[in-house]
Amino acid sequence: MIRIVLAAAVAVWAALPARAEVDIQEVVSPGGIRAWLVEERSIPFTALEIRFRGGAALDRPGKRGAVNLMTGLLEEGAGDLDAQGFAAARESLAASYDFDAWDDSMSVSARFLTENRDEAVALLRSALVDPRFDEDAVERVRAQVLSIIASDAQDPDTIASRTFDAMAFPDHPYGTAMDGTLESVAALTRDDIVQAHRDVLVSDRVFVGAVGDISAEDLGLLLDDLLGELPQTGAPLPGDAGYALEGGVTVVEFDTPQSVILFGHEGIERDDPDFFAAFVANHIFGGRGFSSRLMTEVREKRGLTYGIGTYLAPMLNAELIMGHAATANARAAESVEVIREEWAKIAETITEDELEAAKTYLTGAYPLRFDGNARIAGIMVGMQMEDLPIDYIATRNDQVRAVTLEDVRRVAERIYRADELHFVVVGRPEGLNPAN
Amino acid sequence: MPRLPFLALLGVLMTAALPLRAAEVHTFTLDNGMEVVVLEDHRAPAVVHMVWYRVGAADEPPGRSGIAHYLEHLLFKGTEVRAPGEFSELVAANGGTDNAFTSQDYTAYFQRVAADRLDLMMELEADRMVNLQLDDRDIATELVVVQEERNQRTESDPGALFAEQRSAALYQNHPYGIPVIGWMHEVEQLALEDAVDFYRTYYAPNNAILIVAGDVTPDEVRQLAETHYGPIPANPDLPERIRPQEPPHLAERRLVFEDPRVAQPYVVRTYLAPERDAGDQETAAALTILAQVLGGGQTSELNRRLQFETGQAIYTSAFYGGTSLDDTSFGLLIVPAEGVSLDEAETALDDAVAAFLEEGVDAEQLDRIKMRLRAALIYGEDDLQSLARTYGMALTSGLTVQDVEAWPDILQAVTEEDILAAAAEVFDRRASVTGWLTAPADATPAEEAIQ
Repeated sequence: MIRIVLAAAVAVWAALPARAEVDIQEVVSPGGIRAWLVEERSIPFTALEIRFRGGAALDRPGKRGAVNLMTGLLEEGAGDLDAQGFAAARESLAASYDFDAWDDSMSVSARFLTENRDEAVALLRSALVDPRFDEDAVERVRAQVLSIIASDAQDPDTIASRTFDAMAFPDHPYGTAMDGTLESVAALTRDDIVQAHRDVLVSDRVFVGAVGDISAEDLGLLLDDLLGELPQTGAPLPGDAGYALEGGVTVVEFDTPQSVILFGHEGIERDDPDFFAAFVANHIFGGRGFSSRLMTEVREKRGLTYGIGTYLAPMLNAELIMGHAATANARAAESVEVIREEWAKIAETITEDELEAAKTYLTGAYPLRFDGNARIAGIMVGMQMEDLPIDYIATRNDQVRAVTLEDVRRVAERIYRADELHFVVVGRPEGLNPAN
Repeated sequence: MPRLPFLALLGVLMTAALPLRAAEVHTFTLDNGMEVVVLEDHRAPAVVHMVWYRVGAADEPPGRSGIAHYLEHLLFKGTEVRAPGEFSELVAANGGTDNAFTSQDYTAYFQRVAADRLDLMMELEADRMVNLQLDDRDIATELVVVQEERNQRTESDPGALFAEQRSAALYQNHPYGIPVIGWMHEVEQLALEDAVDFYRTYYAPNNAILIVAGDVTPDEVRQLAETHYGPIPANPDLPERIRPQEPPHLAERRLVFEDPRVAQPYVVRTYLAPERDAGDQETAAALTILAQVLGGGQTSELNRRLQFETGQAIYTSAFYGGTSLDDTSFGLLIVPAEGVSLDEAETALDDAVAAFLEEGVDAEQLDRIKMRLRAALIYGEDDLQSLARTYGMALTSGLTVQDVEAWPDILQAVTEEDILAAAAEVFDRRASVTGWLTAPADATPAEEAIQ
């Protein structure tokens, strides 16, 4: 009769709205390293996400691009293995390790099978603790980075964001590309890379999430093994980035049939009491899906673009509220005008219906995020870096539901400031006067 | 290695070639001919609901390129009972996300929602399978949106334009030579009548595959599918899927695509290649492994020879997409190091392939590739959406569920002899296109800032 009981249980469960039920344990290794763990035993592998706060913002003066290049070199030889040897070892284990530099962090996303976990962790450990930075590897990866920098200089989207950042944050690492410039990367030495490694990979700034076929005890031992030998403290973190950009339009002439439009101004901090209200307001205005204000006005009614969206970007040392669209050169001026008008009137015009639709969507979509071991591991690390409580997932939808129309209007009034809105337009936009 | 911009484009093909297998796959067919695949996974209370049509850009009438993709956009407009945009609003109001995609061989629509909203998703999707109602204003605006999509995806990206030119040169008779999004001059001329004709011909249950993956049981899916899709009559006039096929290729083709926006030149060679066929996947399996041997990662033949030994490349790759209704292609890519011309790069690429064919397959490398393919089955169980897509692509490309399930073992059985024989068959210059992407000699960066 077991089948019948199960069938009944499924029926009852399916009648409830989806909830995010992620059972997170906090693990402290014998050596004192903290991690969040979700045991998920049904598939014999583990996803491990490790992030070091600081990232490319820790580049030393004149060494822009050092952290990025160092990160690209971690898998290019470690311990006794040169780059080919390291790659062959990793392939034999069918493990994957992705190393990525970001503005505020450096991340390690690893995935390994239960059947060879110890070997996979030992190999990853050698990359983190004992990378070789061989001269030939440095030159090989440097050439790849230089190629990317050259290509980015011809990419309209990248030109737009670089232009915006440079004007917004002239005196902070956020104002320049973390890849560095052709000149700065060409000048980096092996010593600079070793220094970047010493500055970034340190144990008092590490955040860990693990999901998969592993116990709390085994994870603790694994973390001591993996991270226990890293130095404790690194280079000082940079301070507040400031925000130096005023309202207006900047046109970057670029020969392409379509203008890329990037727009925004200063945003709202992640720990602001009104952050949830701002998050909901942004969803109504320019969030995901086909029914936001901007999609309706710019795409559905006028056919000006294939896609338009806005997002809140709370970073470690600055906050932005930003949007992006691409439109035919001939209609760029019209697009800018529509966006500016919508920006100006959103606070006064949000309706109760829009608020309810946004809340239903956001609360319904939230559980769908937790759809894979690696994604859950990444979310858990993000939560720790934002200093959210371990039970946040269970309460998050209630916080969204608690947002009132008064809240969204108040926060929209505060965060959508049309007179501060700055547009960077890359292309050959017609009728767009930088003075307007 | 840092992420090079070429990787994203090629990654799609590589992922599609990986074998994936669900813990529980169930299939059945409704009385009206609609095929159903259920992938059961109760780890999260969510489902992916997909309807795949066996029609894509390669089934378009001549002169109407882009109609399959344009129609995909129009399916988000109204029906007899739903207002324009209501579909996506209802999905969003239920906490779901929805979208659609079109390729040469299929058009697919999907939603991700909480498992208890599956009923509504089927009601909506069944409604727009046959009840689409289009108004002139909607479709005119949407046609401009599609042109902007082409501007964004293709016209703004020299790499995408280059790929379009290479496909057009590779296929001498088959419509795979025409881009999925359509040529701009034809897209601009698409009319309501074209869309409606295409819709009435191809959108029917006997041309569709329903895939539901997630927290469901096959019995639930069968009951809901019979309720919503069951009553829709089959289209008795569904045309057989026969496209113009390639003649023997007698002369290699070469092209140089120049664009001032190109900062990093590269060379791509594509060869016409056989695809996976139902019950006959061995050659495609050998080509899938060949692509890994030549270009799958750090220790691959091209990478080792051209990046590590001669230093003539900063990046190399080999790619093959075997899941295709008709003849597909096998590609080789080299991004030359600074100071290496495209001519030298092409010669280096050819020399590296020739040396590999001479020396044969490294047995340890082949073992590592097979180990990774076995592991991909384990990792793949964690990605239900990819799994659902794998089945959808296969079933709209002439394969069966049995073929999908047999594929991992066929890959494991591939030998060195199979790989070399497949390489000998495919590497025929007469059936190839060699493309150079470069900036014009007198190009100057086009950028200047005006505050």
